[in-house]
Amino acid sequence: MQAKTGLLSAEELKGLLPPEVRLSQGPVAVIECRQKIPCDPCYHSCNRGAIKPFEDINDCPEIDWEKCNGCGTCISKCPGLAIFVIDLTYSQEQAVVRLPYEFLPLPRVNQEVLLLNREGVPVGKGPVVKVQNTKAQDRTPVIWVAVPKALAMEVRNIRTEG
Amino acid sequence: MLHSEIVIIGAGPAGLCAAISAAKQGATVALLERDEFLGGQLVKQTHMFFGSKKQYASVRGIDIAPLLEKEIKGLPNISVFLNSTVLGYYEDGVLLFEQNGKAKKIKPARMIVATGAAEKVLPFPNNDLPGVYGAGAVQTLMNVHGVKPAKRVLMVGAGNIGLIVSYQLLQAGVEVAGVIEAAPYIGGYLVHAAKIRRSGVPILTSHTIKAALGDRAVEGAIIQQLDEKWQPITGTERTLEVDAICLAVGLTPLVEILWQAGCQMKYVPQLGGHVPIRNQFNETSVPGIFVAGDASGVEEASSAMLEGALAGMEASASLGYRSEDFDLIKQDILAQLESLRSGPTGEKIRTGLAQLV
Repeated sequence: MQAKTGLLSAEELKGLLPPEVRLSQGPVAVIECRQKIPCDPCYHSCNRGAIKPFEDINDCPEIDWEKCNGCGTCISKCPGLAIFVIDLTYSQEQAVVRLPYEFLPLPRVNQEVLLLNREGVPVGKGPVVKVQNTKAQDRTPVIWVAVPKALAMEVRNIRTEG
Repeated sequence: MLHSEIVIIGAGPAGLCAAISAAKQGATVALLERDEFLGGQLVKQTHMFFGSKKQYASVRGIDIAPLLEKEIKGLPNISVFLNSTVLGYYEDGVLLFEQNGKAKKIKPARMIVATGAAEKVLPFPNNDLPGVYGAGAVQTLMNVHGVKPAKRVLMVGAGNIGLIVSYQLLQAGVEVAGVIEAAPYIGGYLVHAAKIRRSGVPILTSHTIKAALGDRAVEGAIIQQLDEKWQPITGTERTLEVDAICLAVGLTPLVEILWQAGCQMKYVPQLGGHVPIRNQFNETSVPGIFVAGDASGVEEASSAMLEGALAGMEASASLGYRSEDFDLIKQDILAQLESLRSGPTGEKIRTGLAQLV
């Protein structure tokens, strides 16, 4: 239970994941935020209206899976750094996980990095595909990392070595 | 003797917003700040704020301070006094403060106390060893002065401050051995908890610190599990090798000046300690003395800014300054405050305020 450990249980995660069909169609956002807190920048960040309107600022975000095109604008806007974009169509074997990363040094494209799960445990290695660090992202760079497809819903952080 | 219609003590988020809103209504404002810069705790808050657009959500605290400062500079009826520590409030309504070694007096018609809060400490053996820090001190060292405070830290307290400072320690290249929390649940936002978990930091709820270890400085910490009744469970002691212990066990409002002014005070644990009885527009039991921000009850910076704006408006209105859109602005501030406090995480604040307002 996340309130006890900080980790989302399998049960808690279930309600947050996109449907299989949507995942097979290309990149899509996953918002790992299920606590009612007063916060709504994700809703304002999406210019496609893919995050359903908040009736109350304490509402949890809800994604309209059809409207979300996985652009990832919301990733750097979430003060809780709880948004990821998953692309299961990247290649035959690999998916791409896009994640917010506020640590230095930033990895370079093609650099092999350690893939960490939600507990920070290394579960493999993968190459960085892209590093986005734009002015609009305002010091919350987004790292695109290729991971084995089976780990797409597990990898949520990276570590650069040395 | 200096004169000003409104004197505001403290230039953190609440004080800055109080000054801006009072000055916009037309009152003359003197803003007294102990530090040599404006912003209070904002200047070390490198994380993005929660809340909504109007409260600068998604903007980092360190970037909010300059935005507010710019507004202050654009308002000629605000005089800023930096390096100014308030020493006392006298029966005749005179406020004494010290600025750069000189004692100065100012007589305000209205006063807004936005003094903030201080960190609480925790009693345990050896808690006076060098290396036992308040989380706020560690944040100041790292984010204001660029000093790495330790190599490996134990964080005590899993409220938002403990979780956020743990994350910032990681960003500074400091290892965090773990976050312990005496309560059975994490008190801070779970997204903050998830952020440090995925960097490999364990969070141990129902755990406390039994003692700090070390001769001349912290060399370790003994932690221990607690049962459902918060009693230590014998045999669960573990020693962690750390060179710093960071206490993030809550804040308590800084209200000395309100006591001295004779405001009616009440102990409200949900708000962090003694706080002044006040009306819903933040005026205390002493007419003309207002309170805003953590001094009126420990809460988030977003609500501190709104409380400041509200107190600023009320203080100026009581002097006869009322813009045409006064009621509209005021209703909007009240609505924002209510919405920030309306959810499950606002329950503690609501319970606390119900005893006061």
